[in-house]
Amino acid sequence: MRNQASILHVDLDAFYAAVEQRDKPSLRGKPVVVGGTGGRGVVATASYEARRFGVRSAMSTAEARARCPHAAFLVGRFDAYRATSAAIMTTLRSLSLLVEPLSLDEAYVDLSAGREKSDLTSTELVGIGQELKRSVEQVTGGLTASVGIGSSKLVAKIASELRKPDGLVVVAPGQEQDLLRPMPVGVLPGVGPATAERLRRIGVHTVAQLEQVSEKELIRTVGQVHGASLYSLARAHDPRPVVAEREAKSISVEDTFEHDLVDPVLLASIVDRHARSVCQRLAKARLSGRTVTLKVRQHDFTTSTRSASLIGPTDKAAVVSRIARGLLEDIDTSGGVRLLGVGVSGLADWIQDDLFSDDEQDYAASLEAAVQHIAVSHQHTGSHRTRWAPGMDVEHRDFGPGWVWGSGVGRVTVRFETAATGPGPVRTFAADDPDLARRPTVGEEEPVVTEGIPGASGGTVPGHLAEPGHKLPAPPGP
Amino acid sequence: MKIRVERDVLAEAVAWTARSIPARPGTLPQLSGILVKTGADGLTLSGFDYETSALVTVPADVADDGQVLVSGRLLADISRALPVKPVDISVDGAKLAVTCGSSRFSLQTMPVDDYPALPEMPAVAGTVDGQMFAAAVGQAVTAAGRDDMLPVLTGVKVEIEASTLSLLATDRFRLSLRELEWQPDQPDLTATALVPARVLAETARSLTAGGELSIALGSPGSGEGLIGFESTASGGNRRTTTRLIEGAFPNVRQLFPATSDITAQVDVAALIDSAKRVALVAGRNTPIRLTFTDGMVTLEAGNGEEAQASESLEATLSGGDISIGFNPTYLLDGLGAITGSHVHIAMTQPARPAAFASMSGTDASPDLDFRYLLMPLRMQG
Repeated sequence: MRNQASILHVDLDAFYAAVEQRDKPSLRGKPVVVGGTGGRGVVATASYEARRFGVRSAMSTAEARARCPHAAFLVGRFDAYRATSAAIMTTLRSLSLLVEPLSLDEAYVDLSAGREKSDLTSTELVGIGQELKRSVEQVTGGLTASVGIGSSKLVAKIASELRKPDGLVVVAPGQEQDLLRPMPVGVLPGVGPATAERLRRIGVHTVAQLEQVSEKELIRTVGQVHGASLYSLARAHDPRPVVAEREAKSISVEDTFEHDLVDPVLLASIVDRHARSVCQRLAKARLSGRTVTLKVRQHDFTTSTRSASLIGPTDKAAVVSRIARGLLEDIDTSGGVRLLGVGVSGLADWIQDDLFSDDEQDYAASLEAAVQHIAVSHQHTGSHRTRWAPGMDVEHRDFGPGWVWGSGVGRVTVRFETAATGPGPVRTFAADDPDLARRPTVGEEEPVVTEGIPGASGGTVPGHLAEPGHKLPAPPGP
Repeated sequence: MKIRVERDVLAEAVAWTARSIPARPGTLPQLSGILVKTGADGLTLSGFDYETSALVTVPADVADDGQVLVSGRLLADISRALPVKPVDISVDGAKLAVTCGSSRFSLQTMPVDDYPALPEMPAVAGTVDGQMFAAAVGQAVTAAGRDDMLPVLTGVKVEIEASTLSLLATDRFRLSLRELEWQPDQPDLTATALVPARVLAETARSLTAGGELSIALGSPGSGEGLIGFESTASGGNRRTTTRLIEGAFPNVRQLFPATSDITAQVDVAALIDSAKRVALVAGRNTPIRLTFTDGMVTLEAGNGEEAQASESLEATLSGGDISIGFNPTYLLDGLGAITGSHVHIAMTQPARPAAFASMSGTDASPDLDFRYLLMPLRMQG
């Protein structure tokens, strides 16, 4: 255990909802729920106003609507979240060289890295925390963060949750166990419902009780690796370092559909589109991959994943697409598909280009054409998704920028306001009003991106907005 | 049927025929059989899996004509194990009796009527030296694809242009081109065929005994494409046909750069040994990097903390310095197909393909009968 409180954990308060309230002044102080708004959507984030009505992350949107019918239910705007997140991470990197982002809105910082005076007093740490909160508020346009500072990742994370929202807690060295002992075992990383239930059977509910159990018995109860890890964590021993560069294990894109899709041509073209999104992500991350995975959730919720490996790593959409289409052909999709995902793993820094690069470009161009064709045919056949999704950024030729307040029966209602304007007026238009267009930075087609982040724990996980029943990645032991 | 045949002649003929018997005949059990038939020239054995057919004729004393279908696998196992004595084969009711010395085998026969007719051998287009052809095919197939999702690239493109026969193969990442002389029946013959690479390699290897090999091509546009090979040796006459792959093989010849700014000449055996050692620390997705400078080539592999390796060799260079990375397997495959004492490597840029050719000694000019083009691994970003 470190003998100084040098690990800082920062977690934005109701991040997606807070960004929405920032950009939509009329929603400030009101319940806001960000998540899938369709029939099977789940809540990604609820504002604190909505949480008072019992709305929680990962709850089905249907249940959230029942609990808080007057809340604003919005689809996510990931571009806006990413841009805000980037500003936050830049702020954190000015604090220390060692910053470990866990998700868009959560990160660890090692304050001892690159600092001459490593022995910080509690007063100095409180000062650092307050200064950080002020900077975050400034760069995000008014978002609040909760900050915990302690001698380990475990303590810092628990500390940041103690006084949420807008909290700041510094746990002085030596006080870690006093803090943990009264807490339920569920606060420890790796203790989910299943482990908590096993521990409950041997009479362990709190960390203090866990501390009384011998290592031998713990290993017998929850297994070798997990048991040894819990034995340490119960004593607030958590030597996990802050790791700046997190290597993505895979990059994937998936999409849940409003209605089950059967048309194989349509499914194949969605695979193509996903492949292009994945490869754009790969290129952005300066990576290539050699294993392509296709994920299909059937109408009856059975989910299958198939994968195939290439001889050499690629970042070419045409190659990923070809493999993924081949995998799709092996799956019976005649009953209807509700989710389709394409992922690439086996990531590498090198690319095995092929000799026919010109052909590849031709192929990419033909793919492009096919995707455009599909986009057009969607509009003709009455698209499988809502054209004007609630919360989406739009722009009107006369009224300027605004967001979709609601739509239906051929009409769309827009509130014309931005972060800078203060609450604005509401207008209703025909859904096909030629003067109304989406604002380019934001898209309903925004892919769901899950970059495998080892050690990510709890909180809102971006990229699962539209996917019900997902599992949060379990954090590893120390 | 009642015949007598030499044990070695029988064993070789059965083994050769058994190559084209499917391992899993599925719903067509008769395909697991070898058809044994007597004729004017002696004994013929045939096997067929609807892709490849094999037919061999060997000398035999025929006392009584007939034909019979028996398990190819059993017949191959038995004939290989027989003592070196004349073998007597006869049909006894529904059984085939194989007698050799004091050994006696009795095999269940299958109905001959169910056996499909073998495809007609196409017309002979020309001849080539069997040994030379097998060696050339062995070089060409190094670059052939193995991805069944791209069936066209699992083939070797055979191009005939008068007395030049070209073999081309590519898996998109490398390309091999082998050109050799042959003797066409018509001097101005032009023809192409896309032959499954694996079958072509096996067939060519199995037909080296007879010296001269006849190549037969189905006339283009007349039904199903077939290529046939025929060779006559002391052991008898062997004919085989293979169905061609359908589809257009990409136009790859123009991929060889017309000019190259940088060339290197390296002792090929030393380079192979060195590359094999350095490759030990190259991961699946990481290259062997070759840096050519100052009359040396330095091979390096590995990155990060785990392991690294490097080794330097003498090289004759012209043009500027260059550092280029290759998939270790592809590099070794290409070097393995070089027959001369030295390899000639022509390069332009680190991200552009490099052309490998054989040389006999550093003073010789590169031998362009065989060329191997390899796309390097490129650092992302």
